[in-house]
Amino acid sequence: MILQALAFYLFSFVAVAAAVMVISARNPVHSVLFLILAFFNGAGLFVLLGAEFLAMILVVVYVGAVAVLFMFVVMMLDINFVELRQGFLQYLPIGGVVGLVLLAELLVIAGGWTLAPEAASGGAAPAPAPETLSNTQALGELLYTHYIYLFQGAGLILLVAMIGAIVLTHRHREGVRKQRIGDQLRRRAEETVKLRKVPTGKGI
Amino acid sequence: MAEFFTSFGFWGQAVWIVIKILVIVAPLLTAVAYLTYAERKVLSAMHLRRGPNVVGPFGLLQPIADGLKLFLKETVIPSGANRAVFILAPCVTFILALIAWAVIPFGPGLVLADINVGILYLFAISSLGVYGILMAGWASNSRYAFLGALRSAAQMVSYEVSMGFIIITVLLFAGSLNLTDIVMAQKNIWFVFPLLPMAVIFFVSTLAETNRHPFDLAEAEAELVAGFNVEYSAMTFALFFLGEYANMILMSAMTTILFLGGWLPPADVALFTWIPGPVWFAFKVAAVLFVFIWVRGTFPRYRYDQLMRLGWKVFLPLSLASVAIVGGLVAYGLSPVAG
Repeated sequence: MILQALAFYLFSFVAVAAAVMVISARNPVHSVLFLILAFFNGAGLFVLLGAEFLAMILVVVYVGAVAVLFMFVVMMLDINFVELRQGFLQYLPIGGVVGLVLLAELLVIAGGWTLAPEAASGGAAPAPAPETLSNTQALGELLYTHYIYLFQGAGLILLVAMIGAIVLTHRHREGVRKQRIGDQLRRRAEETVKLRKVPTGKGI
Repeated sequence: MAEFFTSFGFWGQAVWIVIKILVIVAPLLTAVAYLTYAERKVLSAMHLRRGPNVVGPFGLLQPIADGLKLFLKETVIPSGANRAVFILAPCVTFILALIAWAVIPFGPGLVLADINVGILYLFAISSLGVYGILMAGWASNSRYAFLGALRSAAQMVSYEVSMGFIIITVLLFAGSLNLTDIVMAQKNIWFVFPLLPMAVIFFVSTLAETNRHPFDLAEAEAELVAGFNVEYSAMTFALFFLGEYANMILMSAMTTILFLGGWLPPADVALFTWIPGPVWFAFKVAAVLFVFIWVRGTFPRYRYDQLMRLGWKVFLPLSLASVAIVGGLVAYGLSPVAG
């Protein structure tokens, strides 16, 4: 038990420290690296909660894909670091307000759990008992059986977003020569190569 | 043994875990060293050369001599480099190559951590491998290294997608994310037979994922000198090298577990079952590794746009279709796994 508590404090401390470094690091690439560290510690906290599936998905999706693309973009940016710091004080109040709102919402949720534990479970489908199923199966049951329409709806929204992004950014340029694999494979030697006997001294 | 150590309470357990880790890591590093030797010998045989044959009998001490040489050289850090990230990058590559082995089952019960989401863990770790390369390329502050890193990042992200779908087809048959369960599900028939096209696509994707020939565009020496690791020397280079080869072994182990029945013998016959599981496992991993080297000796390097086309336009639709087909088979009770 003491080990678990120690692990919890370690993960939480590193997560919070890394999060602070994300916004205070001078170099954007360092910021992304600290963000990755924060994700990792979040995954560690999930493991401590016994939600190992969520922990692995967090690493696969956020660290393995999203942050790679972040890094990809940030690495190629040509940024003037001094200019970047200038707006900091100007935007601080807005950021602070957003942070406060989020904190208040978290407090309301946590307060609801402690004050009225029965209210939280009222609207939701009952989670399968952890003794009977592994948490991957339990999650699958909830998503694909009880909340299938919501799940599909979320999927459709993401699909629309994806198509929208492609439509908005895809530019069709004229006169670009592309490799057409089908045409290449369809070529035969008889159509493209002509063998001729060239008489000496005359040419064709 | 385990009882002996656990009887000492917490510290005894800790010591026991460290011993288990050493038992995995020491043979792994030896295997990495001799994989480099095997690669040079096999390639030289394919080229009708002799390969390393001077240091020790048959050149067997060559990897040790190479390691010593790299150890004694000076670690050069370019003046324009971002020091912290520059040094962190090879460490990340090497650590990621090692920690993945925690969940690999070498035999029935022979696994360091038998976690329920083993395959996801492996997938997560292998998708992180790109960071070592990306960080190295950026921190070197060199154009060759940067281009290599960008190529490698795009390539690894692309091929991961189809790898994920193929892993899903295996999971649909096996019905579990636990690696030991996946191996046991292949008791009747190895998944390579019902899923043959998927196994091939998976293997080709692992080639791309480890930046091996014919997809080694990250370090294409003809155009990028050595790609992402061009600025690295001595031990920092050695860590990249070890990481790359450990990743090759890891990917072979993954192929073995998912498709070739892990530690299971080819048939439940007396002669085969006499050979212990870990030996079968090592034998299969070695066979897959031979194909890695064979491919290197056989195929020319892909052009970059062809590589992307293969990943997104050929492998992705094929693996997506296979998820639908295999899902249908399982739903109608046609899974090859009994029960």
